[in-house]
Amino acid sequence: MQERLKELQTEALEKISSAVDLKELNDIRVSYLGKKGPITEVLKGMGKLSAEDRPKMGALANEVRDAISKGIEEKHSKLEEAAVEAKLAAETIDVTLPGRPVTTGHHHSLTKVIEEIEDLFIGMGYTVAEGPEVEKDYYNFEALNLPKGHPARDMQDSFYITEDILLRTHTSPVQARTMEKHEGKGPVKIICPGKVFRRDNDDATHSHQFMQIEGLVVDENIRMTDLKGTLEVFAKKMFGEDREIRLRPSFFPFTEPSVEMDISCKICSGKGCSVCKKTGWIEILGAGMVHPNVLEMAGFDSKKYTGFAFGMGAERIAMLKYGVDDIRHFYTNDVRFLKQFSIHE
Amino acid sequence: MYVSYKWLQDYVDLSGITPDELAEKITKSGIEVEGVATLNEGISGVVVGYVLEKEKHPSADKLNKCQVDLGDGEPVQIICGAPNVDKGQKVAVATVGAVLPGNFKIKKAKLRGEASNGMICSLQELGFESKLVAKEYSEGIYVFPEKTEIGTNALEKLHRDDHVLELGLTPNRADCQSMLGVAYEVAAILGREVKLPQPEVATVSEKAEDYIQVTVEAKEDNPLYVAKVIKNVSIKPSPLWMQARLMAAGIRPHNNVVDITNYILLEYGQPLHAFDYDRLGSKEILVRRATDGEVITTLDDAKRELTSDHLVITNGKEPVALAGVMGGANSEVGSDTTTVLLESAYFAGGPIRKASKDHGLRSEASSRYEKGVDPNRVRPAAERAAQLLAEYAGGEVLTGSVEADSLTVEPAVISIHIDKINRVLGTNLAVSEADDILTRLQFETAADGGEITVTVPTRRGDITIEEDLVEEVGRLYGYDNLETTLPEGSSTPGHLSAYQSKRRVVRQYLEGAGLYQAVTYSLTSEDKVMQYALDVRKPIKLAMPMSEERSMLRLSLIPHLFEVLKYNGARQNDSLSVYETSSVFLSTADNELPEEKEHLAAAITGLWQSHPWQGEKKPVDFFVLKGILEGLFSKLGLLEKIEFAKLEKEGLHPGRTAEILLSGEAIGVIGQVHPKVEKELDLKETYVFELSLEALLEAEVEPLKYEAIPRYPSITRDIALVVDKTTAAGELATIIRQAGGKLLKEVNVFDLYEGDRMEEGKKSIAFSLRYFDPERTLTDDDVVKAHDKVLTAVKDQAGAVLRG
Ligand SMILES: [Zn+2]
Repeated sequence: MQERLKELQTEALEKISSAVDLKELNDIRVSYLGKKGPITEVLKGMGKLSAEDRPKMGALANEVRDAISKGIEEKHSKLEEAAVEAKLAAETIDVTLPGRPVTTGHHHSLTKVIEEIEDLFIGMGYTVAEGPEVEKDYYNFEALNLPKGHPARDMQDSFYITEDILLRTHTSPVQARTMEKHEGKGPVKIICPGKVFRRDNDDATHSHQFMQIEGLVVDENIRMTDLKGTLEVFAKKMFGEDREIRLRPSFFPFTEPSVEMDISCKICSGKGCSVCKKTGWIEILGAGMVHPNVLEMAGFDSKKYTGFAFGMGAERIAMLKYGVDDIRHFYTNDVRFLKQFSIHE
Repeated sequence: MYVSYKWLQDYVDLSGITPDELAEKITKSGIEVEGVATLNEGISGVVVGYVLEKEKHPSADKLNKCQVDLGDGEPVQIICGAPNVDKGQKVAVATVGAVLPGNFKIKKAKLRGEASNGMICSLQELGFESKLVAKEYSEGIYVFPEKTEIGTNALEKLHRDDHVLELGLTPNRADCQSMLGVAYEVAAILGREVKLPQPEVATVSEKAEDYIQVTVEAKEDNPLYVAKVIKNVSIKPSPLWMQARLMAAGIRPHNNVVDITNYILLEYGQPLHAFDYDRLGSKEILVRRATDGEVITTLDDAKRELTSDHLVITNGKEPVALAGVMGGANSEVGSDTTTVLLESAYFAGGPIRKASKDHGLRSEASSRYEKGVDPNRVRPAAERAAQLLAEYAGGEVLTGSVEADSLTVEPAVISIHIDKINRVLGTNLAVSEADDILTRLQFETAADGGEITVTVPTRRGDITIEEDLVEEVGRLYGYDNLETTLPEGSSTPGHLSAYQSKRRVVRQYLEGAGLYQAVTYSLTSEDKVMQYALDVRKPIKLAMPMSEERSMLRLSLIPHLFEVLKYNGARQNDSLSVYETSSVFLSTADNELPEEKEHLAAAITGLWQSHPWQGEKKPVDFFVLKGILEGLFSKLGLLEKIEFAKLEKEGLHPGRTAEILLSGEAIGVIGQVHPKVEKELDLKETYVFELSLEALLEAEVEPLKYEAIPRYPSITRDIALVVDKTTAAGELATIIRQAGGKLLKEVNVFDLYEGDRMEEGKKSIAFSLRYFDPERTLTDDDVVKAHDKVLTAVKDQAGAVLRG
């Protein structure tokens, strides 16, 4: 009897080990452990045993059952694992195929430049001021120390609509309007981006419409060193920490003293090349200390207040920063051009 | 202004400073030097030769065979094609091995069988600009004066061993339109002396006043007129050094008299005019405004009609010069002139600018008068010219000048405190330092404590206020020497306005949704200006447009977005989505500023999605663009206030266009571009929208507030309604929402059927309705009650029947 049980165990475990799928395994369980299985059959002969041997045989039968159950369980999990593996193997894909594209657009390069400058100055306590693109002669010229008949008006031939109304030639009228709103009280700290218009024939370096960004600070005790420091922060942020700046005397009717700011040429590191016209320097912007007439006309006491202003063309900044060679690209909106500015550096 | 480095040395010692160094110093402290030209750059091996013999080339009519002495022994044979070459001339010879501009190397050659060992040069071949070469040499070779030494360096004889600095003058620096002005500037920069010319004129006993009488009627236009008379001049070429200086400065030599007036113009910045005294037609000069319709024939042989805006010099009867601009042909100095009437005058800028503009005549003289000349140089310039006329034209200068003088010259006197200088510049200069800089500029100064009183010379008419002195001190102190600081004082919060920051959100959203930002021109053409205008107003036209294409301010952004699509379509990019935020311009009253409204517009065309290897290809359609807009409205918290209502609008598909309403107000349109327009513009199926960005960004939005996350389940009921084909889904949704009461939280369309199984003229729309009560779990009863109301409402108000 004992031998018979051992035999059954060995036989069952062999069958289990050679089972190939879950169904076969289940059949094995039913046939060995079921109520009509061989173990039950063997145990029917227990009555013939002595009272002493009976519990021993019972225990042995349980051991055999357990061993078979355990064998089945182990095999079961093995078979299950194999089934999952087979399924996964069948599901294999070519991971090198292209993904489903998520189409996104992007800022225009001019907006990219303008927002970068806005954010830089917002960080330094400036707000962004905007104003009309069609302006009164007063704000565009007169309030900026450019009275009618002033020779410097020739410098920027303008698009007039009537004698008194024109397309603004710079964003400086926004400065004049903002100062006026402050009613003689500082501080004023603004950055003014916007479209401006001049009578130029469109070519690689000229555009009848372009974007300007100007800045203005008016307060008590604003010094030219503040202008220099501010421009240096700007230049290094926009063009790289390794760039140097220099201020050169210049002339604008609305500032006195007036300067132009150059940055050192990146291409030749200041030695002189064709990009910087052999000077080692590249002109970036015009700036200066706000002319007392401009302060006074806007209602500020020029004895008490001083200020600085600066202005630049966004196209020029973008052209220098990204190496764009033709200003017209900004306005034809060729998607092959637009796409190049999608990358966030 | 072109400044000869050698000429400048007449007035300032430039030793130890190269032209390039000088240029950099000038640029850094005052005036931008736009270029430094080396006049003899790339030229070598050109010597003065003497033409010993000239004979015709045996086999070429237009060529000559010359034997030329180069001063080093054997003469050489040179074939020369210049018509003016002749025996006995001193000429510039490029010898074998010489290099001419453009890296042109001279080699031994044979011309039609005859040996040619060099080239006899014209000035153009030596790098002179054609327009600067005197007429007599413009068609042939240059001929040196007889005394020129044979064998010497021809370029040195032509004074080309020089550099020319090109100054880019800003309008305020009129003082540097003269060599003396530049000399003062350079002397100040270098801290050196200025040597002024000291004209010394020997005069004859005859008096100028016996020859001429001067009257000025227009005293305001011409406060000072100085006339001198020089007799017995002989007209001939001016000395070579003078011609060379004129050419270096960009002026073409003519004859000694004209050249001398131009030379003084360059030296003093004072324009002069020489009349042929004998051709003047009277012994009188009368300066007055022209009469309307008066005519003058100027030196360039142009007949010019004048008005009372123009100032003329007359002989008492008729104009002999257009004052300050150009002389008259009637009194022009010619080869037979013997007596010269020299004019040196101070004219006001106004009438000169007017005349120069009206007649399109910008001369060296007019540009100086326009910007202002130094009243204190009128007399010295006349004296200096007389001296040169005596020296180089053999003239006899009559005693005295005849003047009409009503000019009062008062130099500006400005007081400035050192604290002001330091406060504006951010420096810490001592009084002596500022004083020293101003003195270097040859300004008269007097320091009293911290106060410096400055008398500004009349040559510096640009300096009128304290800030001008601050600039002078600052630039000569050197901006390089300024520290870098940042503004101190009260801090200000930096931020974008709500509008600006929302506009950035709009841009980012649209870009995230797949649209590229475009920037197009605000000016448009007459035929485009009214297209797609949301608010139709009288378009605003430029007074003087540069082209018809850009003559009016736009009322809509859409036409320019079409141009973007078209441009890209023509370059194989026919799937494209772009948007723009930009102003349109709405006219108001005449002579008032227009209303500027910022608009947002977009255009999409081609494939919206394309993922070919998975077989996905979705062309754009109305609902793609509408979905983008709805997403935007939702982002801005406005979706619930938005409605789309069917609309017909010119240029858009009549069945596929909607008006966009915000709280019941029309703010824009969305639709398919009319197929007719698509065809005209060669566009594929295109959808556009344009709306008022201002309306969108300025609309009131509920403040953001947290709403408790639902604790109770919601119940969803679906209904399919059969309605007339013309019934809009939006209307049904509105009816449902109103009838559903506060328990109804969401209404969504989930199916639309218009197929064969429907009765003619009918369609079925299926809605999914979600009911929810935040306070408790809904019972079936609650939902049935609300749902019944919905069904009744759609039946009553839209004739909708539940689909069986
Ligand atoms: Zn460079």
